[in-house]
Amino acid sequence: MASSIEYKNGIQPSDKWEMVLTRKAYGEMLVELGKKNEDVVVLDADLAESTYTKFFRAEFPERFIECGIAEQDMMNTAAGLSTFGLIPFLSSYAIFLTGRAWDQARNTVDYSKMNVKIAAAHGGISVGLDGCSHQSMEDLGNMLSLVNMTVLVPADYWETRKMMEWIPTHEGPLYFRLGREKVPTVTSESTPFTPYHTMEAIGGGDGVFIATGLMLSRAVQAAEMLAEEGIFSRVLHVPMLKPLNDEEILQAAKETGAVVTMEEHSVYGGLGSLVARLLLGNDVHVPTRIIGIPDMYLMSGQPEELLVKAGLTAENGAAKMKEVLALRG
Amino acid sequence: MPTLNLSVDELREKARTIRHDVLVSIHTAKSGHPGGPLSAADYLTALWMNYLNCDPKEPVWPQRDRFVLSNGHCSALLYALMSHRGYFSRGYLLTFRTVDSRLQGHPSKTSLPGVEVSSGSLGQGLSVAHGMALGARIRGTPQCTVFCNCGDGELQEGNIWEAIMHAGHRRTDNLVASVDWNNAQIDGYVENVKNIAPLPEKFRDFGWRTVEADGHDMDDIVRAWDEAVAGTPARGKGCGQPTAILFKTAMMHGCPTYENIPGWHGRPPKEDEVMSMLHELGYTYDSIDQARAAMGGFQDYDGYGAENGE
Repeated sequence: MASSIEYKNGIQPSDKWEMVLTRKAYGEMLVELGKKNEDVVVLDADLAESTYTKFFRAEFPERFIECGIAEQDMMNTAAGLSTFGLIPFLSSYAIFLTGRAWDQARNTVDYSKMNVKIAAAHGGISVGLDGCSHQSMEDLGNMLSLVNMTVLVPADYWETRKMMEWIPTHEGPLYFRLGREKVPTVTSESTPFTPYHTMEAIGGGDGVFIATGLMLSRAVQAAEMLAEEGIFSRVLHVPMLKPLNDEEILQAAKETGAVVTMEEHSVYGGLGSLVARLLLGNDVHVPTRIIGIPDMYLMSGQPEELLVKAGLTAENGAAKMKEVLALRG
Repeated sequence: MPTLNLSVDELREKARTIRHDVLVSIHTAKSGHPGGPLSAADYLTALWMNYLNCDPKEPVWPQRDRFVLSNGHCSALLYALMSHRGYFSRGYLLTFRTVDSRLQGHPSKTSLPGVEVSSGSLGQGLSVAHGMALGARIRGTPQCTVFCNCGDGELQEGNIWEAIMHAGHRRTDNLVASVDWNNAQIDGYVENVKNIAPLPEKFRDFGWRTVEADGHDMDDIVRAWDEAVAGTPARGKGCGQPTAILFKTAMMHGCPTYENIPGWHGRPPKEDEVMSMLHELGYTYDSIDQARAAMGGFQDYDGYGAENGE
């Protein structure tokens, strides 16, 4: 019963969600930032229509740098711009920014601690029909392994807007993952984004879902399903994967005694890996399941079909939570 | 900031000293790349002593010219140039490649004040330099010229051509690239490994102005730099094109016995070899210790940020 669930921090029950693009929020906010801060410059690699940097291009053409289809050059051009005190936001698809241009992100941007904001569209597999070449299930691992990189994954439209307000105040390299599809507005206008912290989305003591990005919505739905059976699981949202707030995650695991992580990313190197390392390294031996993309390439299909294929569903979340709760005893 | 404004003869002598310091620091580290530094020593000495506007006492002076060493393996040369321009004492060069030294194997921005960007992964520096040049434009600081040095083997990297295309497209005329065209890389002569010629034509087809020069003839080097900077908005009338100077050079130049042998790309000279190289440069030491003593012996870092441990 939705009414008996303790929604926190302005989180909405699933029956109130609307479907909105996060990359649209990114495009809108770039314009707002551009008006307030003349240091903001934007780069794109022939995807301004798709990444919504077209809004900024229309408003501030002198601060928009079209790099053509050359992501490596774009990454390093942004690095050069940042040395003049400018705050470059660069956009393309996650697979190209963190794959093709990884060496540039590592050896130039991250190693030199350049103030470059990497805004990646089409993160995850919910790209859907474009198929494997345009999906990104490795980007978070690729960025999390960089020493100075801050890594953000917004859940939805509202959180994207709030992160965008904060990002220019942050100094240093930063990775920001957006999706392609419209995603549910799980958060609301009143939901805070507090950097360096996790956010409790739903209160409860019967295990904890630790989720990020789109999968926050599936975790909330899983908690709603379990509540129908009288199981009240906590939902912890992780908008900032690096630096990770270790204490808050360990505390949630200790208090609830069972953990299910949920992410739209390979099980290698994403949120699940972070949490598992944290729990083991701190002797918090609670039953744990990691829900992420298994070791497989997803092919073309409707986003929802691919999420089901990979097991990234509320139903799977609820099932895994029952498993770990049974083990907890 | 005034440059050192050395005469051509003084530049020749300075370049000889730079070669000395490069060889001694690499030999002392028992690690490093002597080949490229000795081929680029003449023309980069001219740039660093006579053209580059910078302030060793304030490496982040906003109006400074920028220098990017895209072929970061020539770090020993960059460090020697910085030392002789006044960034830190010569004796500190003897800490090259040792643990906790600011003189990392390849240049590190966060380690050494005055390094504009970390480099070493080849093919990246020209894009960064171009970004700096665009930054100078957006900031309205046309007095700033961005210089970038590339190796010729490095031009086999795809990222370089993305940058060349981009700068040509944007007509970024406050960007000057120099190419150390020594025709040698690790696996052999560039023309055999993967030919990059015809180089001037390629740059011109991508929208660049080109200048060609003998990279070991100091008169010709000065002429080339004069011609290059005359096309920048800072020193002359902006020519509406980025400029590339293609310096014809020879790896290990200055040490005839070792010249033009690709094997010297990344091999540190042993003691008998470094003594022989120094003799060929005109230094008549009896021992390598005398060479180190000539550099002041081992010294701690005394450049910008030394006092507060930055």
